[in-house]
Amino acid sequence: MKTHRRNKLIAIIGGLVLISGAVALILYALSSNINHFYPPTEVSQGKAPMDRTIRVGGLVAYNSVKRADDGLEVVFTVTDNQNTLDIRYEGILPDLFKEGQGVIAEGKLVSKTEFKATKVLAKHDEKYMPPEVEQSLEKYGHPVQSKSTEY
Amino acid sequence: MIPELGNFLLIMAFINAIFLGVLSFVGAHYEHQGLMRFTKRSAISIFLLILASFICLTVSFINNDFSVAYVANHSNSQLPIYYRISAVWGAHEGSLLLWVLILAGWMAAVAVFSKALPKPLVSRVLGVMGFIAVGFIAFTLFTSNPFERVLPFIPIDGADLNPLLQDFGLIVHPPMLYMGYVGFAVVFAFAIAGLLEGELDNKWARWSRPWTTVAWIFLSLGIALGSWWAYYELGWGGWWFWDPVENASFMPWLAGTALIHSLAATEKRGVFKSWTVLLAILTFSLSLLGTFLVRSGVLTSVHSFANDPVRGKFILVFLGIVVGASLLIFAIQSSKIRSKSNFGIFSREAALLFNNALLAVVTFMVLLGTLHPLIQEAFTGGKSSVGPPYFNLMFAIFMIPILILMPIGQQINWKQEPIKPLLTKYWIWALGSILLGFAIVLLMGEVDPMAFVGTTLGLWVAAGSAKYILGQTSKSDSFSSGLKKISLSYWGMIVAHLGVAITVLGVVLTSYYSVEKNIKIHQGETVQVEDLNVEFYDFNNLEGPNYISSAGSFRIYMDGKLVADLHPEKRKYHASSMVMTEADINAGLFRDIYVVMGEPLDDGAWAVSVHYKAFVRWIWLGALVMALGGLLAVSDKRYRQRRRERKNAKKNGADKNTANSYLSGADSE
Repeated sequence: MKTHRRNKLIAIIGGLVLISGAVALILYALSSNINHFYPPTEVSQGKAPMDRTIRVGGLVAYNSVKRADDGLEVVFTVTDNQNTLDIRYEGILPDLFKEGQGVIAEGKLVSKTEFKATKVLAKHDEKYMPPEVEQSLEKYGHPVQSKSTEY
Repeated sequence: MIPELGNFLLIMAFINAIFLGVLSFVGAHYEHQGLMRFTKRSAISIFLLILASFICLTVSFINNDFSVAYVANHSNSQLPIYYRISAVWGAHEGSLLLWVLILAGWMAAVAVFSKALPKPLVSRVLGVMGFIAVGFIAFTLFTSNPFERVLPFIPIDGADLNPLLQDFGLIVHPPMLYMGYVGFAVVFAFAIAGLLEGELDNKWARWSRPWTTVAWIFLSLGIALGSWWAYYELGWGGWWFWDPVENASFMPWLAGTALIHSLAATEKRGVFKSWTVLLAILTFSLSLLGTFLVRSGVLTSVHSFANDPVRGKFILVFLGIVVGASLLIFAIQSSKIRSKSNFGIFSREAALLFNNALLAVVTFMVLLGTLHPLIQEAFTGGKSSVGPPYFNLMFAIFMIPILILMPIGQQINWKQEPIKPLLTKYWIWALGSILLGFAIVLLMGEVDPMAFVGTTLGLWVAAGSAKYILGQTSKSDSFSSGLKKISLSYWGMIVAHLGVAITVLGVVLTSYYSVEKNIKIHQGETVQVEDLNVEFYDFNNLEGPNYISSAGSFRIYMDGKLVADLHPEKRKYHASSMVMTEADINAGLFRDIYVVMGEPLDDGAWAVSVHYKAFVRWIWLGALVMALGGLLAVSDKRYRQRRRERKNAKKNGADKNTANSYLSGADSE
């Protein structure tokens, strides 16, 4: 075999090894960073893991948003119109966070009825409902048209 | 009347595009002069028709014509005039029209600026773009027509433009981004045309290069603008979220960056031809995929708007056709492509190969992370998302070898270079970067190993550019004459790589040395946030043109000195009754101070978010410098000289018809 041919072969094999290593690494990292979504009903049925980062979501129940007297802790309830889940969050809620709106929270479960969120997502667009929430409402509750919270 | 006219013009453009798509290939096949001339004119007239149609929609917005459904849903009589204009592309239908307009603009540009190219090739390029235009105009006309009327009950007033989009960022971000996205259609069309002709020589690469670079410049600027807009408008203080929609624009950028590099190798050395063509196809396919992800709403994203599944299906089918057809053409024709020349492991070719392999892996990484929720749902039916830690970690891991190789790759010789002298050239620069990197992290505060590695790599890349300039000038008599000897395309490379260095430093230092804190604060109170003292000294209720706002006033002290006086607002827009935070930012080259009004608390205090962002401006500054590098590269004489030479040669040639000055002299001969 000529030298440059052998070099080429080495380069190709080396490249393949490197790329497959990279892909393996990507797949491994991916598998440990997937956050599954659970609606409140599945949480109450115990289907959601306790020690992993997950996403939960639903409609914010009316009159459920309560701020702590000191500090920035806030507690609110999300519902899929069948079961509810209390969400505890410290920080500033997004602009579009409103009672009656669909939201998604990311964090970990404390118990079957309580969730500690590190992130709360509400959307840019008022008409928009996160697909996760919409689907779980269809499955577990009747999708309600969000009533106006104006007064 | 005006909306109907706009609709009619769009239909005319559609018919024109069908003719263009078909006749261009016929013309190119038979080398029929008349048909090939028609192709160019048709491309330009499609552009003019769509431009007129776009103007019709703009006029409807300016006139507050709420009988048009799209206007009624996305504008309001209280909206200031400049936002009424930018509202044209504020939502799905209009932004699609903008997409089509920009595609037509690129087509017209190809028709105008390709006089030096063989006519059959230009015809085929325009034909491919014509087919893409057919698809997208059909998409606009049949699933998302912006000219549809709401009759007979015309709303008295519009529903308003989403307040987030009432901002300078929105005026410029989407057009820039689309210029980039859609611009890759040109190199895609060149690739398909080249494959169809079975001729992919280095001329083909040279012709494709400036188009690719220009699209890449726009995409770089568009992404940077989007990141900057998210930073100051969303009020989270973040500048990149690995959101599916951001990824959708980042993937074509990564693939496009790889493409620029492999085109260089193909032009100069005639290597990697098949890969370059494949990459051109992939880059544009990723642009289409991006459009699909944004428009179909299949993924949960901060950018998602209310969507219609029919639209998603349309683009998915179109994407399938484009990718399928182009891969089929590639499979049939690629056997005709022959790459020549061998090269050693330590050569510029090999360095570019590494660059491409790594960028391809990064693109794949982002693609997989973005699409994983869809794949997962298809198999298990459960919803999931992939968190930023995955992207951050993986991106960092793959960027490290890219950055290490960058300074060496830009200076190594083509074909072969002995490795030992190469390494001795670099060790002093590497040592310098390490020492300076350590000094910087020491100065910034805590010494974090990852921050140290990142800073050092950023400096190392910058050192590479400096070393290149020094190396070139040392060969000349004086420094300035040496500088002049560096060609513009090399300046482009040096400057673009310097831009990478600046962005890397910005990203690393912002990520490791920023402070972010949510505080509860009463009016008149001063709260300490790390080194900053935040004083809430005033509060007012203000009234804007179409909103009311609660505005706080804050003085920020650092070491007892007043460094910033900030007035963040919380706005409530009348028409949509949507609440919006307006952060106020004290910007500086080395740090930003960023204050956001959170929400009023029960006892009259406010929740306020205070951020100290180290070096955050460098992220966008670097992107600007990269774009400048691209600009330098395309302004290299080389690309125009050939054209001039050819033109002269033709002029001297005997028979030449009088110039046919059709539309700005688009078509001579």
